[in-house]
Amino acid sequence: MEDIEMAEEEKQEFWRWTESNWKNPDMEWKDAQYITVGIDVGSVSSQAVVMADGKIYVYGNMRTGSDSPDSARNALKFALETTDLPEDRMDYCIGTGYGRVNVPMADRSITEIACHARGGNFIYGNEVRTVLDVGGQDIKAIQCDEKGKVTNFLMNDKCAAGTGRGMEVFSDLLGVPINDVGERSFNVEEEPSAVSSTCVVYAKSEATGLLRKGWSTEEVLAAYCRAMAERIYSLVERIGVTAEFAITGGMAKNRGVIDRLMPMVGLDPMKTEWDTQIAGAAGAALFGYALCQKGKGRKKGGA
Amino acid sequence: MLANYGYKDASGDFFITIDTDKCNGCGDCVPACPAGVFEVVDEDPNDPFRDDPVAMVVGDKKKKLKYECNPCKPLSNRPPLPCEEACKLEAISHSW
Repeated sequence: MEDIEMAEEEKQEFWRWTESNWKNPDMEWKDAQYITVGIDVGSVSSQAVVMADGKIYVYGNMRTGSDSPDSARNALKFALETTDLPEDRMDYCIGTGYGRVNVPMADRSITEIACHARGGNFIYGNEVRTVLDVGGQDIKAIQCDEKGKVTNFLMNDKCAAGTGRGMEVFSDLLGVPINDVGERSFNVEEEPSAVSSTCVVYAKSEATGLLRKGWSTEEVLAAYCRAMAERIYSLVERIGVTAEFAITGGMAKNRGVIDRLMPMVGLDPMKTEWDTQIAGAAGAALFGYALCQKGKGRKKGGA
Repeated sequence: MLANYGYKDASGDFFITIDTDKCNGCGDCVPACPAGVFEVVDEDPNDPFRDDPVAMVVGDKKKKLKYECNPCKPLSNRPPLPCEEACKLEAISHSW
């Protein structure tokens, strides 16, 4: 009997982060002139944000499946579950992210760089000058002006090291639920030095070696979080940091990496009530809203 | 906007920077580059409200710039880079 329980425990998916959808309780879509949708299909997660006149009305945040068009549809469906807004009511839809060309309902696509700057400006406020997006498979360091327009950007999409996907692999390897990674990585007597490689493949074998040597799970987590922070910093350093500094993407929720990164940057990150993963989709929806105001929305659009 | 295309790895930083405020999308860089690294697009995907065409680094080249640009970058007696020379507005620069 115990054996069976053990086997079931092993099957637990430690990487699985919380999918969520949300509706703004104070808004009614029927009052809105323009309904715009931004869909961000990333390599790991997909978000759909529906805005009514430039304010977030509903959003959905879920895992990207193997099929980009389906992921986009599911994310939008997930967001719309919270409301009676019909899907064909939307005036404009913009696709963004890694899978942006595969969003079937999108009127156009815009790169995630422009969208994250715009979305970061929206969810953190217009004092943001540096947006760091740590996504599933890439890191983007973006500088923007007070309107959320990109002035300088740098993206590392060459490999998944130092990103969300790497953290998922590690949480699975060590059997630590991903939401606890940050907290537990500080549960060490002495901060270990970073693992020498952030490459998921090498870091995995290095971690296995460290565990065999007698390191605790927490120590290995701390070493990996530090390595990720250093790797992220090397990119941020290149583009330069100007206050205020904001982090978007799933990694913003991981204290283990962020609290190790910020002393290197020498700034405090901005705080927000919003889910940091929706920044890209929010930016896309805002671009849609701006296009509608310019009269470039769908023909049937408007009230 | 400074658009940095390229990557950083253990062997160094390999970025081509295009200053889109200077670039007018004339396209002189496209035939100048022997490796065909540049293209001109009508709509800047990173700046949706820009109306003019703009030069970019071709998508599948930006992850191997170190190798694509290598023939123009001998270790000694390096001649001026053809892309930088072709760009009269001085919008193109290399990080390495």
